[in-house]
Parts: sequence; C-alpha cells; structure tokens
Amino acid sequence: MKDFQLFSPTELEEALDLLTRHCGQMRILAGGTDLLIRMRDGQVQPETVLDLTRISALHFLRQDSNAIEIGPLITHTEVLCSPLLNQETPLLVQACRTIGGWQIRNRGTIGGNLCNASPAGDAVPPLYVLAAECTLASRRGRRVLPIQAFFHGPGQTVLAPDELLVGIQFPSPQPTPLQFFEKIGQRKALAISKVNMAFLGWTDQEGRFQKVRIALGAVAPTVVRAVRTEDYLVGKRPTADVIQAASDMIETEVQPIGDIRSTEQYRREVSGELLRLGLAKCQKEEHG
Amino acid sequence: MKRILQINGRNYALDLPAKTTLLAAIRDYIGLVGTKEGCGTGECGACTVLMDQQPVNACLMLAAQAEGKDILTIEGLSQDGNLDPIQQAFIDTGAVQCGYCIPGMIMTGKGLLLTNPHPSIAQIKEAIAGNLCRCTGYYQIVAAIAKASQAR
Repeated sequence: MKDFQLFSPTELEEALDLLTRHCGQMRILAGGTDLLIRMRDGQVQPETVLDLTRISALHFLRQDSNAIEIGPLITHTEVLCSPLLNQETPLLVQACRTIGGWQIRNRGTIGGNLCNASPAGDAVPPLYVLAAECTLASRRGRRVLPIQAFFHGPGQTVLAPDELLVGIQFPSPQPTPLQFFEKIGQRKALAISKVNMAFLGWTDQEGRFQKVRIALGAVAPTVVRAVRTEDYLVGKRPTADVIQAASDMIETEVQPIGDIRSTEQYRREVSGELLRLGLAKCQKEEHG
Repeated sequence: MKRILQINGRNYALDLPAKTTLLAAIRDYIGLVGTKEGCGTGECGACTVLMDQQPVNACLMLAAQAEGKDILTIEGLSQDGNLDPIQQAFIDTGAVQCGYCIPGMIMTGKGLLLTNPHPSIAQIKEAIAGNLCRCTGYYQIVAAIAKASQAR
C-alpha cells in the first residue's frame, strides 16, 4: 500500500474544511471494510485520507417526533442492537444482519454502505422502501435528497468532492406494516448479494394492501423500485394466487444483467422467488 | 507519526507510517505474531482481535484508528501463566488441526462469551461465520466455544 497523509478530525466543521482544501484529492475512510481492501490492491492510491471515525456528530441514532435519524457512522452491529430499529424497521435490521460477518458488521457503517454505492449494498433497498432522505453537507451549505437521487450508477453517488453524507432520515413506518428483507448470495455470511429485496406494505382492516413499496438490489445499475408489481398488489389481499401473480410479474419487471455472480435469467427467477418467500413468511407470522 | 496503542493492557508508543494497519502494527512493530494474516481482505477472520471487547479484523483497520481503544490479542488471554477457559476448551475438545485460524477463532469466541455468556449453538455458528477454517474442523471449534461457556 502506498503511504498517504492521514487526517483524523474530531469536529465536522474541521472535516468539511479539510475536504474543501483537498478538493478531489482526498479519500474518505469510515469502517474501512471496503476502502482498505481497494487501497491494499492498489486500485485506489490516495494522497490524503480523511478518517471520520472520531467525529461524534456523525455517530447518532434518534427518533424525533415521527422521523428516525441515523448518523452515517452507525455500524451494522449498532443497527442490529437498536431497540428502536428492531421495533420500527425490522427489515433494516434483517438487512444489516446479512452483511459480512460479525467482525465486518462491527466496523462497516450505514454511511459507508450508501457511499460505496454498490448496486448490491444490502442496507440500501430497505432505505428505499422507507423513503429515506440523505443530508449532505459541505462548506457551501446543506442539501437534502431522496435516497434514489443520491445514486448515479454503480459506485457513483452525487456527492461533490467537498461534500459529506451527514445523516439519513425517514418517517417512522407506523402503523406497523408488513415488511421484510430477503437476500440470496453464494452463502449466508460474507456474500455479496446476487439479488436482494426489501418490502414494505400497509394493509387495511380486511388485509388488503393500501400502499406497497418494493426495492431490489443487484438487478440494475442502482437499487430499483418494482413499481408495476407494487401497483398490482394495491387493493389485493396477499392470497396464494396474488402472491404467485406478483412473483411472475416482478420476474418480467426487473432488468438484471448476467455477471460473475449469476446469470440474468437466474436473477429474474430469484427476484420472483424472494417476493414469494418473503410474503409467505409474513403470512405465516401473522396467522401464527 | 507517533502513535500510542494499548495492547493487552500495555501501552506501546510507535512511530508508524499512516498506512500501517492494526495487524501490521501488532505483528511487525510490536512483534506479537499470534494474530495471523490470512486473506488480508476481511474474508477469513484469522486476524481477529478484540477492540473494546468487540471482534474486528485487524487487517481492515488503520493502526491510527485503534488509538485510544483497548486492544486484546491472543497473547493477552492467559493470566499469570494460566490459560483462559476458552483456550483450555479448544485443547480439551481437540479443536485445533493446522492451527492457523485458531487465534482468530478463539478471539471471536471470547468476544461472543463476553457479550453473551451462554450462547446457543446457532448463536456460536453465527458469531464465527466470519472465521474460516480450511481444515474444516468447525464441529470441534463450535463444541469448544460451547464448552468454554459452561466452564465459568
């Protein structure tokens, strides 16, 4: 690994100053579970590195009135252990549980998962269906973007060279809807998703879907919503026939590619299967 | 740059290039070579140490990020020449074959018992999912951690 100059500020303002001063030349380090791998094999050779891990203003998890706010430095383990997130957003907890192994979850952060912008990032689909917003800050000011506007393409975000992700917030999804996260990888631990899916569905008294959000990872350059399948489910009860039809529909709706991890056809079929599996599990829990 | 690392309860003042990983600091600068490097990319867990009682891959951290933290390596487990119960359990259970993964396995197991003194077999398996053993001796390793959980 090539040596570099390391900055480890404790204040957010100091970090933003450093980013402005080293505009475009600086790499941002948090948990290190992706960046250090890429620096080790020479893919990335920064002159300067900004270590965020000592900035306490980026490390928070709170509920304000109806919104939940997550600081970018919150680790996957901290998500798993949060009573608030276990109560309100089990799908985000399920997603973080599938990331890496324990050691990776202890270091890897939610902000890092977003900023790496892998199409397969597991924390991303849950944040899509939760309608999360990202707050970006620089010396020039702050801006808030819906999560789908944060991503450009694989590995690319809209973060300017002098900008930092400083918060992720979403409305609390109450009253508790049907929700799940499902993922298929090569094995259970330490596997990059071939396909992952987050589902959030609010139902009425009769169990009919009033509103549905489905997001899939690793089937497009960024995470995508399955809008056609969402529309189909609205007004319907998740009976076996409806689940089957929705699964068939999502298989034609997604536009995956074939790559080193799986073929296009496989990803289509798995997308349908994940929807079937997740909804079946929800039904089982509901009816005991 | 001068860094102070607290390893196994002892402070080390070291002059380290910024790029030094925690693993390199422990092995190459301090000379504690019990912690192993396997893959160097966070897949195998051979470099697992405890940082503030939480298992982390020492290969995926800069030494600078460990400043001010309490680091425990395999060498810090035994007290006054007495093995930690988890080390004794690995011996008693015959959980060691080639041995390369064992420091990492033991540190993850120790981290688990510190947070959850009586884990289920499923919880043990989930905890060590980030530690690979290519002798594939997982059965005895799981048994050793379970035995250590009963030893206290």
